[in-house]
Amino acid sequence: MASRRLKPRDARLIMGNEAVVEGAIFAGCRFFAGYPITPASEIAELFAERMPKVGGVFIQMEDEIASLGAVIGASIAGAKAMTATSGPGFSLMQENLGFACLAEVPCVIVDVMRAGPSTGLPTSPSQGDVLQARWGTHGDHPIIVLAASSTLECFTLTVKAFNLSEKYRVPVILLSDAIVAHMRETVVLPNSDELEIVDRPKPKMPPEWYIPYQDTGTGVPPMAAFGDGYRYHITGLIHDVRGFPTQREDEINPFMERLFRKITQGFKEICMTEGYMLEDAEYNVIAYGSVARAALRAVSDARMKGYKVGLLKLITLFPFPKKEVQEVLKNSKAVLVPEMNLGQIRREVKRVNDFMIPIHKINRVDGKLITPKDILGGIEAMIGG
Amino acid sequence: MPEPVTKLIHKYLRHDKKFPHVWCPGCGNGIVLGSLIRAIDHLELKKDEVVLVSGIGCSGRMSVYVDFNTLHTTHGRALTFATGIKLVKPELTVIVVMGDGDALSIGGNHFIHAARRNLDITAIIVNNQIYGMTGGQFSSTTPYGAYATTAPYGNIEHAFPISELAVVAGSSFVARGTVYHVQSLDEMIKRAIEKKGFSVVEVISTCPTQFGRKNKMPDPVSMMLYLKEKAVKKEKADTMDKKELEGRFVIGVLADVEKPVYMEDYGIIKEKCQL
Repeated sequence: MASRRLKPRDARLIMGNEAVVEGAIFAGCRFFAGYPITPASEIAELFAERMPKVGGVFIQMEDEIASLGAVIGASIAGAKAMTATSGPGFSLMQENLGFACLAEVPCVIVDVMRAGPSTGLPTSPSQGDVLQARWGTHGDHPIIVLAASSTLECFTLTVKAFNLSEKYRVPVILLSDAIVAHMRETVVLPNSDELEIVDRPKPKMPPEWYIPYQDTGTGVPPMAAFGDGYRYHITGLIHDVRGFPTQREDEINPFMERLFRKITQGFKEICMTEGYMLEDAEYNVIAYGSVARAALRAVSDARMKGYKVGLLKLITLFPFPKKEVQEVLKNSKAVLVPEMNLGQIRREVKRVNDFMIPIHKINRVDGKLITPKDILGGIEAMIGG
Repeated sequence: MPEPVTKLIHKYLRHDKKFPHVWCPGCGNGIVLGSLIRAIDHLELKKDEVVLVSGIGCSGRMSVYVDFNTLHTTHGRALTFATGIKLVKPELTVIVVMGDGDALSIGGNHFIHAARRNLDITAIIVNNQIYGMTGGQFSSTTPYGAYATTAPYGNIEHAFPISELAVVAGSSFVARGTVYHVQSLDEMIKRAIEKKGFSVVEVISTCPTQFGRKNKMPDPVSMMLYLKEKAVKKEKADTMDKKELEGRFVIGVLADVEKPVYMEDYGIIKEKCQL
């Protein structure tokens, strides 16, 4: 059997926040701007140390609004750029997040969720920002939201977040929580040739032919960096293909349509899930983030007891992996959605529940974890009831 | 000899794409833009190497008209976007144009921190003492007692002295001009761009439509006369007492100091780390 032999130095004991930093640098991120907030601060601290060493830039800004502003500016200048925050800071970022969606500026935002609303329960784990990540900024907008459930995923999904952000020119939100962010695990970080790195499409035509927001087959126009010789205009106003403000419906509608089409065309690549023991399962759990780990244990325990139960772990939360979820719903008598919020993803699951099966729930908003035992209890109640 | 105006227009404006502009008759924004273009032309900067960042408001539209790398950002946040650009491409000349509501009200926090941080960025603040685009509400620089749509009984808040604030916040270069004193404005903007470090040029501007109309200066000429009468040159102001200066504004260069520039210090850190 061909298994990769681990050299001792390959294995590292690191926390999720550290893995985010390693993943970002691996992906080519060379700009970080942030503002201190628990439980995300380690990301800023580690970037402060690492960035000058890898030729990048770290800056601590005056608030989270400024942090995302600087990140967008850096990306416009050609750098892969990111910021990291938690709930209150994420709220402040919503304004500039909308700018990045509309002006199609690649950037990655890590939100280490804590229990809210407001200052909430600093800094207990939560999954309360799920719908804010999708709908927090005003207006209809495309966005990608991923959720990490382990230290290794903090690494691999940060790389993935950058890849998707660059490829589709859209902000990508990576959600974690204090459990994932602060837990130390032994992980084997991939070597540089083991994961794909994607860079944004760049214009190949001469500057005089460059039309910055022209519709392409992929819906993603090539992006020139400021200073590269392609002088053009970037604005948060709805714009025509040249980037200039417009009020004309024959320009607005195709533009908005393209913004969404570029993401829908990529569903197959963007919507990531993992199935465990789904094949013969009659009942299923749908979970994401740290809760998915407790759910996996609960499902294994339920199997030991003879229950035919499976788990669908959502890695991509938005665009919502409708096809994958419906595939599970179709084959289930009932599903259970445990979440550290009052049912934000359960609402999405219900939305695609064309099969009218019961959608059970376990919700916690008191800053405490949902344990495997809680979920096993939920599974037994679902099967019994 | 300055270039003829038409030649500069053809050289620097997106004249075939983005005109007519949105500004009212008697607005000072065009005068500020003219000064900016003359300063850039005089310094012989390459268009590819100039970045013009603007915020939201009437002055925010300035970026769309000029043929540079132009970025029209969110309200009050222009300096933060400019910070990211400058840090990634320090070789670019980054100029930020903001209004008074933009830079000092909603963006006040970013403004003082940009000055404190001392990045090599030039900030031009067009101070028309009112929210023009939204219809004449008072801003953080509307004079005490002046009228605005949200101060129908007179403004009971006190105005920020933008330039003085920029000085104490740590800017390398600070100058205040007006759209009446255009030649000295050209010179101030030129010096601000040349200066290494955070440079601020506050330009007291005219808004007959929204400010003048409510404050007994309903036409462009009376607003220009207001600027002429209220402005006091720095040299003269230094000889006047506080009482005499009440209700007037000091024009000229208020600060021009040498201090460490952010990117240079960060460059030193980078070099040390990579050894």
